[in-house]
Amino acid sequence: MTDLLTLEGLTKAYPGVVANDDVSFAIAPGEIHALLGENGAGKSTLVKMIYGLVKPDSGRMQLHGAPFAPAEPRAARASGVAMVFQHFSLFEALTVAENVGLGMENPPPMRELSREIREVSHAYGLPLDPRRLVGDLSAGERQRVEIVRCLLQDPKLLIMDEPTSVLTPQEVEILFATLNKLKAEGTSILYISHKLEEIRALCDGATILRRGKVVGRCDPRQSTAAELAEMMVGSALHRPDRKPAAPGDVVLQVAGLTSEHVEAFGTRLQNVGFEVHAGEVLGIGGVAGNGQDELLSAISGETLGPSETVRLRGESIGHLAPNARRVRGLLAAPEERLGHAAAPDMSLTENAVLSGWQRQDLTQQGFVFWGKARGFAETIIKSFDVRTPGPGTAARALSGGNLQKFVIGREVLQRPDVLVVNQPTWGVDAAAAAAIRQALLDLAAGGAAVIVISQDLDELLEVSDRFAALNAGYLSAPRPAEGLTMEQIGLMLGGAHDMDVAHTDEAHKIKDSYEEHRP
Amino acid sequence: MIRLEKRPTPSRFWTWATPILAVLLTMVAGGLMFAALGKNPFLAIKTIFYDPVLGEFAFYYRGQLLVKAGPLILIAVGLAMGFKAGIWNIGAEGQYIMGAIFGAAVGLAFYPAESWVIFPLMVLAGAVGGTLWAMIPAILKVRFNTNEILVSLLLVYVAEQLLAAMALGPLRNPDAAGFPGSRNLQQYPSASNSELFAGTGMHWGVVAAFIAVIFAYILLSRHLMGFHIRLAGQSPRAARFGGVNPTALVVFCMGASGALAGMAGLFEVAGPAGQISIDFNSGYGFTAIIVAFLGRLHPIGILLAGLLMALTYIGGEAAQATLQIPAAAIQAFQGMLLFFLLGLDVLANYRIRLTREGVA
Repeated sequence: MTDLLTLEGLTKAYPGVVANDDVSFAIAPGEIHALLGENGAGKSTLVKMIYGLVKPDSGRMQLHGAPFAPAEPRAARASGVAMVFQHFSLFEALTVAENVGLGMENPPPMRELSREIREVSHAYGLPLDPRRLVGDLSAGERQRVEIVRCLLQDPKLLIMDEPTSVLTPQEVEILFATLNKLKAEGTSILYISHKLEEIRALCDGATILRRGKVVGRCDPRQSTAAELAEMMVGSALHRPDRKPAAPGDVVLQVAGLTSEHVEAFGTRLQNVGFEVHAGEVLGIGGVAGNGQDELLSAISGETLGPSETVRLRGESIGHLAPNARRVRGLLAAPEERLGHAAAPDMSLTENAVLSGWQRQDLTQQGFVFWGKARGFAETIIKSFDVRTPGPGTAARALSGGNLQKFVIGREVLQRPDVLVVNQPTWGVDAAAAAAIRQALLDLAAGGAAVIVISQDLDELLEVSDRFAALNAGYLSAPRPAEGLTMEQIGLMLGGAHDMDVAHTDEAHKIKDSYEEHRP
Repeated sequence: MIRLEKRPTPSRFWTWATPILAVLLTMVAGGLMFAALGKNPFLAIKTIFYDPVLGEFAFYYRGQLLVKAGPLILIAVGLAMGFKAGIWNIGAEGQYIMGAIFGAAVGLAFYPAESWVIFPLMVLAGAVGGTLWAMIPAILKVRFNTNEILVSLLLVYVAEQLLAAMALGPLRNPDAAGFPGSRNLQQYPSASNSELFAGTGMHWGVVAAFIAVIFAYILLSRHLMGFHIRLAGQSPRAARFGGVNPTALVVFCMGASGALAGMAGLFEVAGPAGQISIDFNSGYGFTAIIVAFLGRLHPIGILLAGLLMALTYIGGEAAQATLQIPAAAIQAFQGMLLFFLLGLDVLANYRIRLTREGVA
């Protein structure tokens, strides 16, 4: 059997970094092939080359045995390569059908397209209403739009970039059923992930990338997760230590928190309430876009509400601005590092002043002690192993992981009584992620109350004492994290929403019928 | 093929070198334009850039330099603070007019009494007038989220009408037999903003401009307020996270730029212009926007840019008079300066690479 796609010696260098160095592998027809690697290992660059978004410096690709060098995504699509991106390219103000039509070379009339979308999506267990506005859809549903858009092109190779990061465990199972069905029909899938268990459950072959190079190939079903992890990271991973402590007094109480107004396509918090004790980590799980940003802003003080909705050690602070809350010991680290937690074009020293000037005494009568601020930035850089030339470097020049360490370090070193973090390890390599989790655990062990908002369920189970799920603006009652199964967590997260398992035969017939009509 | 490569951090060298390069390129391109018009390009450039400072009649021009640069710098420093914070006060011209009206009205109310308190009171009134006028777009923005660019700009035309009404009505000189325009403040010692040193053009407005430059420099580089201004302009969400109150920031920036523009108006009406007249304003408020950007929104840069701008005005006028270069060519010349400056900005943030066509 000839391979569907072969890559030979693909190399791509950017200034200062070789993103891909002599990468070769092959994908057989009907194979689900995993591309495994940490953030920054070069997975995205590689698939962008296959999809025609980036031109390789050297190396060759072959599709169906013929040379394949797509100059642009359109050429790749014409050859039967489709891709579902990690970050969706959808217009929120347009309907599902309009979004799908925009991505097609010559879309059929809207009415026909809507019918196709409805039928194909149902057949593959991803039901979609083509008339709905994309802005009103959940992240899982938006992903369905992207997948259906690809399926309508009848791809030979489907590339999926970290598809499960926005799904609940139940939704992941349904997605896998869809992918397995596609595989049964002969479609090859290139599946990019750093989640080992998924790859072991789904994929037939795996290529492991580290720092742009292929460092291993294996059959993931024959390997253990630990073996895969070691190949991916290059060394055994440090698991955070946890010393269970008796919970202290209630430090932070949130009650009856309902968003008064939300930005367009934001999520309204609905009567959210919980308590956090000193020395405890409360994990809040849920797919991003279900109210996480709104919850963090309400606790940090970026959005104000009735005073009694947030109480710190009994004092009502819901009406206080961020600085007043910081003085009282309530700190936060938002999800978006560049542009929210840190100002991209400002130096690390200036970014240390951003949220640290009060508790670190960096000003007097409004005048900033820049020397002292620089010292604080240097302390953060040293204690949190931030790789950077120095505190004068602009925030945007740091890699995601290093900046995240800086941002978390800035808050942790201010010795908060309560720290709220949103997606603390998103896009961060495994070693940095472990360091950040350890810092949060140490902070809790020192008597602070820590709230970790994350969509990485493994992470939450690793650090949390109690777990609650945020879904469509509703927060479930927190439950002790110990002994929770993935299935229970999935149900807390709203289960499978309205996804549906793929109907195999039906799908086949429907797709065939469309192909006959296509020019 | 030319490729632009984004620098990880903006280049310090190019941030300061581009204005100089822009001036040089303007001289070259402007020289070509003057040559095309049949004038001697070297003589034209010399007339514009050299003669007003070091030429034969420099004693006259040098004074003009500070007279023209003073209000430009004073207004631009205020505007730059707002621009840095992402608050776009385009209506400094209106605030300048209102400052002149308020200040002149206070002075004229005391006429003919003589006292040292009159002039300081007029300066204060000028600042108040400019601030009040700037508060209209500020409050509308804060309360109703209107666009401050439009509101402040349109208020310029309202202010112009008000100026004409004042010159013809309440502030008209009762002894002028019906001619429009107020009494001449230069002939009223307690209210006049006279030259401090003869022949230098140095008046209180120029002093105020230098003080404003120093204060703005300290505010922006050393004070938390300045830090918050820069933060809000660069990333508004980070500013909110950092506890910056957007309402207070809008009020502060609009108020400060309005106050400085109003003071500039007062210094002008009590000094070089002398009186409230129908067409007293001469576009300083708009030119100051160019000066603010030419100076990279940096107080020291604005000081230099204000002097340079004044030089092109004075030199331009000289070139019109002595070489018969058309006024439109002088305006095109000034436009080139701004064009090259903004165009070369790309060098600060990007590196230019010459590459051959990439390998497929």
